[in-house]
Amino acid sequence: MALLRVEDLHKRYGHEEVLKGVSLTLAAGETKVVIGPSGTGKSTLLRCINRLTEPDRGRVWLGDLEVTARRADLNKIRAQIGFVFQDFNLFTHLTALDNVRLGLLKVRGMGRREATERAMAELERVGLKAKASAYPAQLSGGQQQRVSIARALAMDPKLMLFDEPTSALDPELIGEVLAVMIQLAKEGMTMIVVTHEMGFARSVADEIVFMEGGVIVEQGPPEVLFRSPKVPRTGEFLRKISELYGEAG
Amino acid sequence: MDLGVWAQVGSYLPVLLQGLLVNVELLLGLLALGFAIGVVAALLEVYAPRPLGFLASAYTWFFRGVPEIVLLFLFYFGLPQIGLRLSAFLAAVLALGFRSSAYQAQIFRGALLSIPTGQMMAARALGLSRLGAIRHIVLPQALRLSLAGWSNEFSSVLKDTTLAWGIGVVEVMRQATYIRARNFTLTLPIYLTVAFLFLVLTYAGNFAIGMAEKRLRIPGLEGRG
Repeated sequence: MALLRVEDLHKRYGHEEVLKGVSLTLAAGETKVVIGPSGTGKSTLLRCINRLTEPDRGRVWLGDLEVTARRADLNKIRAQIGFVFQDFNLFTHLTALDNVRLGLLKVRGMGRREATERAMAELERVGLKAKASAYPAQLSGGQQQRVSIARALAMDPKLMLFDEPTSALDPELIGEVLAVMIQLAKEGMTMIVVTHEMGFARSVADEIVFMEGGVIVEQGPPEVLFRSPKVPRTGEFLRKISELYGEAG
Repeated sequence: MDLGVWAQVGSYLPVLLQGLLVNVELLLGLLALGFAIGVVAALLEVYAPRPLGFLASAYTWFFRGVPEIVLLFLFYFGLPQIGLRLSAFLAAVLALGFRSSAYQAQIFRGALLSIPTGQMMAARALGLSRLGAIRHIVLPQALRLSLAGWSNEFSSVLKDTTLAWGIGVVEVMRQATYIRARNFTLTLPIYLTVAFLFLVLTYAGNFAIGMAEKRLRIPGLEGRG
């Protein structure tokens, strides 16, 4: 059974229909990279999956749990879906350790010692054990994003959603964040990544999803999409974005 | 004014300080009440559905718009007419406390609104409830931001405690006035002494708040609480 099923999602902001019926499925361990021009609903799609944004129409299942069900326990569902934001959104008044530990203590109800051990292990996984007592404002953008990934991972998510995780970073800091994400994909994490990093897409994506105008234009394995896209527009966009962002990462 | 006058003032100092202690008690009572109601009113104004938010706004509008002395008279002389008899001290704490809560609510409301929405979103994405996100993420940040504005409110209500004189609370101004009634030559020195005592209190209070602000400052964040 698919780990994530998204069926016919629609979302409208005022007059603008941002999502015009998006469907996709994700098998456990699969990585999908979503690309497309800005303003085409990629972020909205991610936010509709854990209902940070309420979709107007359509359904979402996480395993056999319907996320969009009227009586769905949203807090419980969200605790199983890691979300990484473009601008990190670390809690500014908490240290790196407390950022990672908070969900364990307050959502999962874990004991303090166990939560601390788990949080430290997650910080170590992203290479930031030494920064456990630093506050977000004392960390570089790349470090902040790695802490935010650790914060999400600590919850043992079934699925990770990355919303342009490197777009707010200086070029020299992008690599360290991508390295963490590549490692995650290798370890078999199920993830959807919205990004412009084509090198990353090529090397770790099982499938690339090209979105434009609120719909999925085309999706398929990277080698197919890069070499012989069915829709001319896909090839055009891929060429442009590869020129612009290079193949680094 | 010769030195003898000041010696006499000195002999009255214990009485004055006794009165000042009542001002400090009033201050602590009204600040605590104002803080508790102020935080709740601000949270309602920012997060609650319309009717509750409107109620909170109406509350702050009333207590910000009516002069303190009128509130004092309403609570002490007015309420007994509907069967609610309060001691002068309690009436002063309530009247000044409600008034302060309206101002404190404004301070907290501004601070709550200045916390980036991403903080709430990240908390919800982790699986925290809305209330949990407010309690663990938004409020701790907002209260830090509020300290500067709060120190202003502290200075202001500290001085307002002397208004309790108007409903017969035996605080420092009333003590000073008793002394003056007995000895008119002390009029100027006695009120100068009261003024001095308040300057000291204001300084000490703001110093303590400044220390708290420094201790609670988030490392790496410049110019924020």
